[in-house]
Amino acid sequence: MSEPRLVEVRRNVLKQNDVIARALREQFRAAGVFVVSLVSSPGSGKTTFLEKTLTQLQPRYRVAALVGDLATENDAVRLARSKAPVKQITTGTLCHLEAAMVQNALQDWDLHQLDFLFIENVGNLVCPSSYDLGENLRLVLMSVTEGEDKPLKYPTIFNSADVAVVTKNELASVVGFDWNAARTSIESVRPGMQIFRLSAKTGEGMEEYLKFLSQQLAEHRSVARV
Amino acid sequence: MHELSIAMGIVEAALDEAQRRRVQVNAVHLRLGALSGVVKDALMFSYEVACQDTPLEGSQLIVEDVSVVVFCPQCRETRTLPSVQLFQCPECGTPTMDVRQGKELEVFALEVEEDEVQEHVVQESEVKK
Repeated sequence: MSEPRLVEVRRNVLKQNDVIARALREQFRAAGVFVVSLVSSPGSGKTTFLEKTLTQLQPRYRVAALVGDLATENDAVRLARSKAPVKQITTGTLCHLEAAMVQNALQDWDLHQLDFLFIENVGNLVCPSSYDLGENLRLVLMSVTEGEDKPLKYPTIFNSADVAVVTKNELASVVGFDWNAARTSIESVRPGMQIFRLSAKTGEGMEEYLKFLSQQLAEHRSVARV
Repeated sequence: MHELSIAMGIVEAALDEAQRRRVQVNAVHLRLGALSGVVKDALMFSYEVACQDTPLEGSQLIVEDVSVVVFCPQCRETRTLPSVQLFQCPECGTPTMDVRQGKELEVFALEVEEDEVQEHVVQESEVKK
């Protein structure tokens, strides 16, 4: 009679994605482009925020964006109004972007011609957290209408991100948004996280955030040159 | 829900290892970190679906939950976090993001059927230790 036995294998399930993500990160470093990914729940204002970001960075920087969406190209159409190069990645039924999709989408782009590349993930606060896209900075967005405890409900994605952006601040007083409670939630799941509070619609707070991006680009390039 | 694609990745990795060792797999042991972003129940269900029409059909997925371990800069010790909602030392309350464990998504062992081919496998796993 045969006996079952254990054979140790130790295989990282996401290894394939991680390998591609590492290759992308190296490609970004070599090209001197700073890559920012955006994650959030659907309807948090990612596209408006990104449209304003692209428009306001453009006078000084060469910018482009990849946008992930399940079915439509509406976001790409909206972002194209910024006049920046925009490419849609339609994921079909897939709820997140993977490194291979980013790699495919970038095949015919010359990254050396860019300063900033933005990658808008599919609106989802769960699945994107598992996938490294090779980005240099991951922004997690939450709007003031979503509730201050959003980070506590989705700790993994907040923990995996580098910067939090609280959007739709023009609605904060209407919905009675408790800023301190939100900040405490963010600090709890991601101590020391940089937080921007802004309104893409009115422009309030955008300047500080854009200045931060410029600094990040400068740092990225000074490190890349070494 | 991305658990189905994760489950397919698990099946692919397990099949690859099984074929290399020429063994029949009864169960796949997975280490699943609390910060992996994967929901265990959804994964268990997806695993069955992903195994269909493969040599792994009928095999079991055995999940070992891996909690988050951080390093506390104040205590100079690693500490297990009781919750992923609070990244601070459970002993002294110092906030910390120095994560040492908890992101695992790893097929770490296969439970295989013993047969003549196993002699080879035993030797190989002995070497690994």
